[in-house]
Amino acid sequence: MIDNQRLVEEIGGHFGEKVRQFGENSGILTFSIAPGDLTEVVAFLKEHPVLKFNFLTDITGIHFPDNEGAELCSVYMMHSWENRIRVRIKVFLPKENPVVPSLTPLFNAANWMERETFDFFGILFSGHPNLKRILNMEDMDYHPMRKEYALEDPTRRDKIDDLFGR
Amino acid sequence: MTSVKMTDAPPGYEGPGFFATSLDKLIGIARSNSLWPLPFATSCCGIEFMATMGSHYDISRFGAERPSFSPRQSDVLLVMGTIAKKMAPVVKQVYLQMAEPRWVVAVGACASSGGIFDTYSVLQGIDRVIPVDVYVPGCPPRPEQILDGLMQVQELAKGESLRRRESEEYRALLESYNILEKNDR
Repeated sequence: MIDNQRLVEEIGGHFGEKVRQFGENSGILTFSIAPGDLTEVVAFLKEHPVLKFNFLTDITGIHFPDNEGAELCSVYMMHSWENRIRVRIKVFLPKENPVVPSLTPLFNAANWMERETFDFFGILFSGHPNLKRILNMEDMDYHPMRKEYALEDPTRRDKIDDLFGR
Repeated sequence: MTSVKMTDAPPGYEGPGFFATSLDKLIGIARSNSLWPLPFATSCCGIEFMATMGSHYDISRFGAERPSFSPRQSDVLLVMGTIAKKMAPVVKQVYLQMAEPRWVVAVGACASSGGIFDTYSVLQGIDRVIPVDVYVPGCPPRPEQILDGLMQVQELAKGESLRRRESEEYRALLESYNILEKNDR
């Protein structure tokens, strides 16, 4: 039975200072790494003979507008079917240059997930074969899940503040 | 005695062996009592329409006997549900494929105005891409309301001049939606 403690030992033992901020959220081990180490860490987890993180569950993004120099975060969820354990990897990126290597060489599933993350957060995945919008209109000119953009449709003219007592 | 209710005759002149009325009215009656709907259902309003089609509410009683799942053979486009901006070109394409005369009913708050989905991904009412004849309010509307919407279209069809679709006003309407080009006839 592999638990989070064992994961910390395996990952921390192999990568040392490269993996930081170990934590646990809802029972899932979480840690953060630099963008340059992502491919190496994910390949290690995938190809490890015991851990066998064979499944990339999800890729998504987070926007922390006040976190200067690391406003954006690319989050990877991995799952080891055999050991029934999950892990969450965070890669913090600066808003000016949010580039992170694509995981498409390791997981084909990363293709659409990275397109979605690019679509909503504007995170750029270097090496992605087809990095374009997937869910929103192709002519959209911003990344709507970033917090500086309003959720509401910008073309509505009838929802003026006077009508809503604001 | 039959229990089938016949449509009332239009106003006209009646005498022994003849009845005279205008062609407009006759065709209006024929059209309004045989409106083939094209259901374009994307969410919960579509479920209400399924009830409206069923035997209990029975939209067939109003001449909409045959829901046409092909735009070429239908008269009324019923748009029911949230239309995402990515879906908007599809709605427009379906409308363009319908033959004149054609009517459009926006069923429910989402199709009419975007409803509660005031968000970047949702079209704020289908009247942003195609002209709409009747709006049915409700979230979702009850089957009775959808039937009422259809009856409003019947009234429109009955009263419509045969020349309306050739008129300058109608051309201007379609041009405002970029459906007709300025110079094509």
